[in-house]
Amino acid sequence: MTARSRPGDPAITSELVRRHGLNPEEFDRIVAILGREPTYVELGIFSALWSEHCSYKHSRAVLKTLPTTGPQVLQGPGENAGVLRIGDGWAVAFKMESHNHPSAVEPYQGAATGVGGILRDIFTMGARPIALLDSLRFGSLDSPRQRYLCHGVVRGIGDYGNCVGVPTVAGDVVFDPAYEGNPLVNAMCVGLLREEELIRAAAAGPGNPIIVVGARTGRDGIHGAAFASEALAEGTEARRPQVQVGDPFTEKLLIEASLELIASGHIVAIQDMGAAGLTSSSAEMAARGGVGVELDARRVPTREDGMTPYEVLLSESQERMLVVAERGSEQAVEAIARKWELESAVVGRVTDDGLYRVRWGDEVVAEIPGRSLVEGVPARRPEAVEGEAAQARRARPMPPTADRDLGDALERLLDLPTIASKRWVYEQYDTSVQANTVRGPGGDAAVLRVRGTTLGLALTAGSSGRYVWLDPYEGGKAAVAEAARNIAVTGARPLGVTDCLNFGDPEKPDVFYQFREACRGIADACRALETPVTGGNVSFYNESPSGAVLPTPMIGMVGVLADVTTCVPAAFRTTGDALVVLGRCRGELGGSQYLSMVTGETFGAPPSVNLAAERALVAFLVDAAERRLLASAHDVSEGGLAVALVESAVGAAPALGFDVDLSAYARDVAADAALFGEDQARAVVTVDPRHLAALTALAVQHGVPATMVGTVGPVGAAVRVVVRDRRLERPIARLREIYERAVPRRMAGAEGGLPAAAGG
Amino acid sequence: MKIAVVRFPGSNCDADAYHAARAAGADVTYVWHRSTDLEGADVVVLPGGFSYGDYLRPGAIARFSPVMRAVAEHARSGGPVLGICNGFQILCEAQLLPGTLARNFGLSFVCRPVTVRVESDATPFTARYRVGQELRLPVAHGDGRYVADDATLDRLERGGRVVFRYAGDNPNGAMRDIAGIASEERNVVGMMPHPERAVETLLGSTDGAAVFALAGVAAGV
Amino acid sequence: MRRYRGRVRVMPRAGLLDPQGHAVEQALGALGFTGVGRVRVGRTLEIALEADSEQEVRERLREMCERLVANPVTEDFTIDAVEAGP
Repeated sequence: MTARSRPGDPAITSELVRRHGLNPEEFDRIVAILGREPTYVELGIFSALWSEHCSYKHSRAVLKTLPTTGPQVLQGPGENAGVLRIGDGWAVAFKMESHNHPSAVEPYQGAATGVGGILRDIFTMGARPIALLDSLRFGSLDSPRQRYLCHGVVRGIGDYGNCVGVPTVAGDVVFDPAYEGNPLVNAMCVGLLREEELIRAAAAGPGNPIIVVGARTGRDGIHGAAFASEALAEGTEARRPQVQVGDPFTEKLLIEASLELIASGHIVAIQDMGAAGLTSSSAEMAARGGVGVELDARRVPTREDGMTPYEVLLSESQERMLVVAERGSEQAVEAIARKWELESAVVGRVTDDGLYRVRWGDEVVAEIPGRSLVEGVPARRPEAVEGEAAQARRARPMPPTADRDLGDALERLLDLPTIASKRWVYEQYDTSVQANTVRGPGGDAAVLRVRGTTLGLALTAGSSGRYVWLDPYEGGKAAVAEAARNIAVTGARPLGVTDCLNFGDPEKPDVFYQFREACRGIADACRALETPVTGGNVSFYNESPSGAVLPTPMIGMVGVLADVTTCVPAAFRTTGDALVVLGRCRGELGGSQYLSMVTGETFGAPPSVNLAAERALVAFLVDAAERRLLASAHDVSEGGLAVALVESAVGAAPALGFDVDLSAYARDVAADAALFGEDQARAVVTVDPRHLAALTALAVQHGVPATMVGTVGPVGAAVRVVVRDRRLERPIARLREIYERAVPRRMAGAEGGLPAAAGG
Repeated sequence: MKIAVVRFPGSNCDADAYHAARAAGADVTYVWHRSTDLEGADVVVLPGGFSYGDYLRPGAIARFSPVMRAVAEHARSGGPVLGICNGFQILCEAQLLPGTLARNFGLSFVCRPVTVRVESDATPFTARYRVGQELRLPVAHGDGRYVADDATLDRLERGGRVVFRYAGDNPNGAMRDIAGIASEERNVVGMMPHPERAVETLLGSTDGAAVFALAGVAAGV
Repeated sequence: MRRYRGRVRVMPRAGLLDPQGHAVEQALGALGFTGVGRVRVGRTLEIALEADSEQEVRERLREMCERLVANPVTEDFTIDAVEAGP
């Protein structure tokens, strides 16, 4: 019985094919696979699974060049999430994913459903979600629209994460006009599991039932996967009704029900019905298991009357799971779902014919060789050429900047929302639920303890799109290197990476060049730092009428502390501690926040990344923490050494001053470049003077340059920095005020027109 | 001594309360909201979270859960009941405590450590504190602004039933800086801050541990 | 100029998931209210304003809803009443 179109289905025209995001070559391939024209339902299915979002048709060849293996890797790419061993039989599942386009249209629901989706990718591995991280990019907060987006996204993330009871512990927020028309909302989730609890989303066992668990299916976000693979155009406004609404309460029940189902042994595989809903989840599970499936779409519980098979298959209604259960376990599965007040329905069976067959009652509405859906898409090999503009902006010489007042420059940098405190954001997130948070947001990486063990986990997420825009290869390296430093300053050993690669339209040669080169940089850095990439997400088409966003390959990294009590804070601790800068001073101002602040533009060669130096620095920081030599440690990144010092000073409660002389450290470097240059492979550490000699000796052993530059304290005192004949002096209280007020001052009154937030 | 931690659909601080009570040496059990009895527990804890998503109003739906009849009975007979955050909201909705928890003054969810002053040591959960003692405890809520009419507030003050007050930083605009109150018999206590998240040095504070140190407390204090 | 009071009702858009409505619907059933169909939860605003005519009030209320009061992506609004008011 072959699939037939249904009465009322539109005719398959070239226009309809185009509207499904398929090009003529792809359509021809579909006809060749089927040996006939597809039905309307089949066209929808191919459209979803062959979209960039699901098929990675542009990026697959490049992604294959990333290192993905290592002794710590329990599960690499290809599953719902990567899994790393952390010791004592424990493992972490982790992944980052984008929800940029939905958030641009409806910031609150877009961000909320992004969090919901990434949570489901984690607990479907058998892991209990223990942490969320978010990397956000907006345009300037001087624009009301950007404040609205920022407000809505933060509220959406908070309401969802807070309600499900997973702490949001880290991330970053950057404001740059390049994100004006297309914000980035990347959410990462980390879950904890016993190694033996790992479950993979591979369907198996012909005859086994396929069961939908969770929310009912409505007409939400039909063709969201195809939508995510398109640039935001003016006409996007008209698509608005397709936004999805998140229900974190149901998600919380799904977490509990899914983990109980997995522990019960009644199920073979489980997967989120995420982008492209039932279609992608069932097709992917079948392909992983090398089996076929037969679904009856009419058995899927719906929220609305009169839904067609096309709509049921492609709906992106949230908070739904697809489960393959052991034959005969149907009632046991239903009982567990019911205990958690969730609906469930058997909607199909695993088959042994390798076909992806969908029925609507007695009709067959789709019958497709299953493998072709997941592997059959013709790969695209876009051209990659660096644009002349990109070369020109990198080669542009540094203008003279040296005669500026250093104190004023520091104050202006601390007032930049990108650099300033993100307290306004993270105090809206529950950061301490689950009672595992040893270090929450506001430092370099969050640190969680693993209850019942001595282990600690360090987590970070972020990227510098500016560096990638100026030099994709060095920028890609820098993104990984900075993540590794963020992990290592806490004393944790970097373990692995998830990436979320946000770029523009890959058919544009300069965009694809950025993508390919950034990935080459990420790959080299991950190899050098022994942090394999275990999964992630590619988000192309981040463009709006005003152009592409900064190429932003977000790096989420996990690290492990053998003994969580050795973890090192970012904030200064004690008056009189010696202040030591690790790494060399080169005074690199290209692409720096300081240069942009002074000139109003972003240009120059970004700081170069010496991977051997990064590797040595990481090893040294981990070693020094294990020996309990460090009182504090903080990565040097945006805003340079001066900003890093102030961050450590204001992070102390109460704030501590410091007294620093950089004359010897920055011997051949101009004062402003010494203070604000963003040279890589650096960190600021403080140490009890009694341990200074031991620390210095250890640095020599690791080949890490360590220069004592001053002392910490006292409480409430001034910040003093001397570079030869130049001086900077400011009361710490004043700097703290600027640093803390920059974001809330701009966000005051940004609320409006948003759905009421729930709060418990 | 046995402590029951009640789990509603949407509770998310249940495990934290469980661990804090265990660490204090208690025998702890979870009781599902559909249960009609408390499985012989001496003390009941209604944990934080978002029961029923806090849809409609925090606590409004959970108060009708079958277990709440047993909780009310336990409270009426003098048994200790502690509601933390969402648990406090449920106790108010169930009218086991007066007043209500309204949307935070700043309209945003707020999570940060705050300083809370102990105002009464005459409840089972504060017997191990000194009056005037300041505790460092995290808050994490969107609806934590304690609101009641003046007569109720005066009655609470006069009866020594204000148990905790924010000292300095009032994160939600609560009337008279109220962070926690007790019932007339003082066996039922509701509080917005999370003592169960402040029971270990590693996590930054141990100030909440004594809330769960209930040894010697038995039903009918 | 005269004083008016307008009442505006904002509801989740038909077809979109309404988690609040769903939760209330379930709870009503659990409490023994039989025959309860779909529940949807929205909100009502009373807005006092000065204008020259009822028609002007309606136009301005509509603009307020479009620009601020209702979320254009997820909600629909209805102007329920316009009354002369204090």
